[in-house]
Amino acid sequence: MSADQRQGALAHALLKRAPLWQEAEARARRFGHGRSDDPTDATRVADDYRLLAHDLARARALIPGSRAREYLESTYARVHATLNHGEVRLLATLQQLFREQIPAAVIWLAPYLVWATLLFALAAVAGYALVERFPELIALFASPDLIASVESGRLWTEGLLNIAPSSVLSVQILANNIVVSLFAYCTGFLFGLGTLYILGLNGLMLGAIFAFTAQHGLGGALASFIVAHGCVELSVMCLSGAAGAAVGEALVRPGSHGRVAAFRTAALRSGQVLFACALLLVGAGLIEGYVSPDPRIPVGIKVAIGVSYWLFMLALLSGRLWIRRRPALDAPRAA
Amino acid sequence: MNELAQQLSVDSATGIDVTLPLAGAGARSYAFVVDWHIRVVLGLAWYGAATLLYNYARNGGISLAPPLGTDARWFGVVLVPALALYFLYHPLLELLMRGSTPGKRMAGVRVVSRDGSAPSVGALLVRNVFRLIDSLPICYGLGLTLAALTREHVRCGDMAAGTLLVYETASAGFALTPATTAGTLDVATAELLAELLARWPGLALPARGALARQLLARCGRSAEEVAALDDAALRQALIEVTRMAGAGT
Repeated sequence: MSADQRQGALAHALLKRAPLWQEAEARARRFGHGRSDDPTDATRVADDYRLLAHDLARARALIPGSRAREYLESTYARVHATLNHGEVRLLATLQQLFREQIPAAVIWLAPYLVWATLLFALAAVAGYALVERFPELIALFASPDLIASVESGRLWTEGLLNIAPSSVLSVQILANNIVVSLFAYCTGFLFGLGTLYILGLNGLMLGAIFAFTAQHGLGGALASFIVAHGCVELSVMCLSGAAGAAVGEALVRPGSHGRVAAFRTAALRSGQVLFACALLLVGAGLIEGYVSPDPRIPVGIKVAIGVSYWLFMLALLSGRLWIRRRPALDAPRAA
Repeated sequence: MNELAQQLSVDSATGIDVTLPLAGAGARSYAFVVDWHIRVVLGLAWYGAATLLYNYARNGGISLAPPLGTDARWFGVVLVPALALYFLYHPLLELLMRGSTPGKRMAGVRVVSRDGSAPSVGALLVRNVFRLIDSLPICYGLGLTLAALTREHVRCGDMAAGTLLVYETASAGFALTPATTAGTLDVATAELLAELLARWPGLALPARGALARQLLARCGRSAEEVAALDDAALRQALIEVTRMAGAGT
């Protein structure tokens, strides 16, 4: 028998085992889709894994370009995934996220948070100084309707509830804020420049509008409007900017890892805080839609709401909202 | 990572690597287009049905017109769910289907992490957040460009999340026939025969005729003999060769 004939015979003998592969694939599909919890089946899936590994090794040597080898590859991969993938427990995942991962990410982002806040504050001061010195520059930051409203002696926020219901306002505001927050994070991909731009621009706008309203005696009114939702909203803006800055720095200075690996690590780690940011912005949007524009709510209440929500934000980000189980002090220690 | 074959190789406990072929920009685009159509249909279907029901409940009329003023109930019952269906389609379905969507299923691809397993919840959400960047400047220009130019065919979101788009090879492509196992034909020819016969109705006449003549010549039939056969006779000849190979003759 020649070598070719021997190889051919081995290949055909291997292919006769195909029904076993098809059974293995069907078992892996059942388990993968949660349609089976039979312990016997589970044991057989483990046996299938070894069987398929053995046959795949032979197929790669004997019939590398065949459909049968491709089928074995995909079946082996499916069984591998079935054996190795863990069950997704959403509640446990979320608990771990808020209890441990987000607080750890916030601590890791602390230096970036300081710089992002500083940048935002400096931009706000710059915007204030710019419009105070050159009032006509407000046209760069505010719409003509807003300018006309302030120049006529009233804030554009007055009468908002007459134009649109609170629920509509809230959804529009929180959707816009979440998108801006996500952009502040994602644009860190542009070596951090996009994040710096968003933080700087938003700071400039805030400072400019405050200067403009102050020039028309409405600075206090604007502060009263903002206080309920603004503390958290501005904090989240800085936090998202910090996350984006971390991503940007990973691209600029990857350290000992490759640029892509550093980017991936930074993105995954800093991206965790976006969950908390999105939740906080939902609350801020509801406050901005229901509380801030309502003239019937006293300023003192709005301040209390703003401060309370800000403290809630700190508790959420530090993980202090969760009750931690302490080990019993009088439990016997191991020798 | 095997650079030549562009596949993901994952170490396994058996010592035999799991290999998953990487999907390129074409499969990615196909999956996206299918998903986009589904999103649009779902969003429009909700919008239409909810508007009809809303207007009927409100004034007894059958109308698709939105209310004239800003109506909170219309906003909350009609518009927000329709927009949520459209914008949250990818993140929600990828989470629920462990890295897959209906469009990805049709394209035969799936999102996996670098160890071949289904991506984590955080990775899937980060991957979807970066769609904001990948969709720039329009129509996923940046994402498609990166997918076409990078070695692993990844877009920005995949880089951030540590995920890859791989082919899930359909098992339907493998058909075990007696001819494959009998040993009288080599494996490649036997598989070609089975595949040609399976795809016969879908192939154009000239193409299937040329393929059939080549295969029959490979199986030992003379060129003059097969040249005289018409379409039906060619198919019958292929079936006969398969049957004889399966019988071991």
